[in-house]
Amino acid sequence: MAKHLIDLVTQKFPGAVIQSHSNHGDDTLVLEAASWHDVAQFLRDDPRCAMQMLVDLTAVDYPDRDPRFEVVVHLHSLTLGHRIRIKTRVGDPDGEVVRVASISDLWGSANWAEREAYDMFGVEFVGHPDLRRILMYPEFVGYPLRKDYPADKIQPLIAYREVENIEKLPPFGKDEGMSFGRQTHSYGQRSNEQESN
Amino acid sequence: MEPLDQELDESEIELPTEPMLLNVGPAHPAMHGTVRCVMELSGESIQKVDVQVGYLHRGFEKMCERGTWTQIFPYVDRTNYVSPMLCNVGFALACEKMLGVTVPERCQWYRMALGELARMSDHLTCDGAMAMELGAFTPFLWMIKGRDMIWDLMEEETGARMTHSFGRVGGMAAPPTAGFKENARAVSEQILKIIEEVERLLLGNRIFLDRLENVGIISQEDALSLGWTGPCLRATGLPYDVRKASPYLKYDEVDFDVPVGSTSDCFDRFMVRIEEMKQSARIIEQCIARMPDSGPVNIDDPRIILPPKDEVYNTIEGTIQHFKIVMEGLKLPAGEVYAYTEGGNGEYGFYLVSDGSGTPWRVRIRPPCFYVTSGLERVITGRMMADVVPCFGSLNMIGGECDR
Repeated sequence: MAKHLIDLVTQKFPGAVIQSHSNHGDDTLVLEAASWHDVAQFLRDDPRCAMQMLVDLTAVDYPDRDPRFEVVVHLHSLTLGHRIRIKTRVGDPDGEVVRVASISDLWGSANWAEREAYDMFGVEFVGHPDLRRILMYPEFVGYPLRKDYPADKIQPLIAYREVENIEKLPPFGKDEGMSFGRQTHSYGQRSNEQESN
Repeated sequence: MEPLDQELDESEIELPTEPMLLNVGPAHPAMHGTVRCVMELSGESIQKVDVQVGYLHRGFEKMCERGTWTQIFPYVDRTNYVSPMLCNVGFALACEKMLGVTVPERCQWYRMALGELARMSDHLTCDGAMAMELGAFTPFLWMIKGRDMIWDLMEEETGARMTHSFGRVGGMAAPPTAGFKENARAVSEQILKIIEEVERLLLGNRIFLDRLENVGIISQEDALSLGWTGPCLRATGLPYDVRKASPYLKYDEVDFDVPVGSTSDCFDRFMVRIEEMKQSARIIEQCIARMPDSGPVNIDDPRIILPPKDEVYNTIEGTIQHFKIVMEGLKLPAGEVYAYTEGGNGEYGFYLVSDGSGTPWRVRIRPPCFYVTSGLERVITGRMMADVVPCFGSLNMIGGECDR
């Protein structure tokens, strides 16, 4: 399908392509992490590639490999009708330092996708404008889609969050809060009195 | 009496204002119960917004790595629970792409007919809910009535109304019932009638149109960059439909049009869905006409498809085969594949990584909703608070698919 894309990128960035294949008809390039952003930009801007859409960005964990993680991106050109998958390998075997350049400045869809990859795998995208968890909550410990994260692991209970600039906190007064919580009608008062008696 | 603003005219008092922080959702009906928007409001217009998803995250991608490939079907059912058949077929096609097999012709037509019915139910839900959120309750009830007809048909075919788990790698769980063609034709005709009624009720309604027209506009470049697909992208005027661009099953043999919008506002997104339902009805008609009444539904490969029950109970080969597929799972060759279909909300893709054992190494579901919802921020920033409801409704955020 888009075999010429593989040749094109290999010619343009001879040192960047580690490996390429077209298994099951999906053209794939495995790239050096250092040239991740450059190749992505070339694929987007070059008129022969014209990848207007970043279809998906995700990561895969291979705990036995070094580098341990693969960041996988699927690109699609609507005008030329071709697709390509680019991958890069990052991270040490312990998964402590996992860094790759963010491509969220090239495609808007990479913004949330990179946040998800960070949330699920702990891949840190350098240059991302707003890298925080997206599906999990901020207090979540660990990265759930890593292979060494047990599926039945129990997370610690979290305390109430400290929220700044909240003027009013419960308990609310008689005339505040939800209408169903107001005890202004006579029945409620009477029953309270009876109970206290 | 003196005018009240007499003094104000002389000394221009600037009223101290500061943006109000408003939290909408996750338990807010307009947010469909699963999205939270933290908005910074100046008066009624939205200055800044932070869209937070993840309240329906159930860890499906993690769960998928624990069982066999076949056991993933119930999970993908529960991603887009309004059109689970499309998800089922999408996943089956991804596995089949990896195995390099093609299902028999009868099954392909069957999958298409069921898939288009599911697409109708998806669009009916979206458009109906959108109308309801704007105060038009009757069209919602009519459309949900239509959706229920589809679900009744699905129940007859699959045994379940919503989460069918009906797809199988290499075929379907059961062949079409004897009355399938007749029922499907009747249902699609009735739904066309409902759509006509809904159009008559809504498209002449000034209030409804005013809430939708020129609201929530996004440029084509932005939509592309954000990875929008499906009806939301087509509303911007780009005729990108996976069924046309890279046909799977028999979509290259059927005749249908891809409706596109022109201004890419909420009204276009609404109308694209309405038109797509009519196209789906056309496709269903052609599928029914061309689906053979007899013949195999599943491929003939004992390594992939469970043997018939009488063989399982009466022959040793059948027993062993059944045991191996159930206990070890069917084996997909080692490697990776990305397969995509047109789901209810756009390109519904699967990136599968197999290590050659019966257990998936990684199942990545490419959710169209996730990317569409990421554009909500751009759609509503600068608009009025009341526009959030039609904008959010027109994007058709399905929580299960967005958060997985």
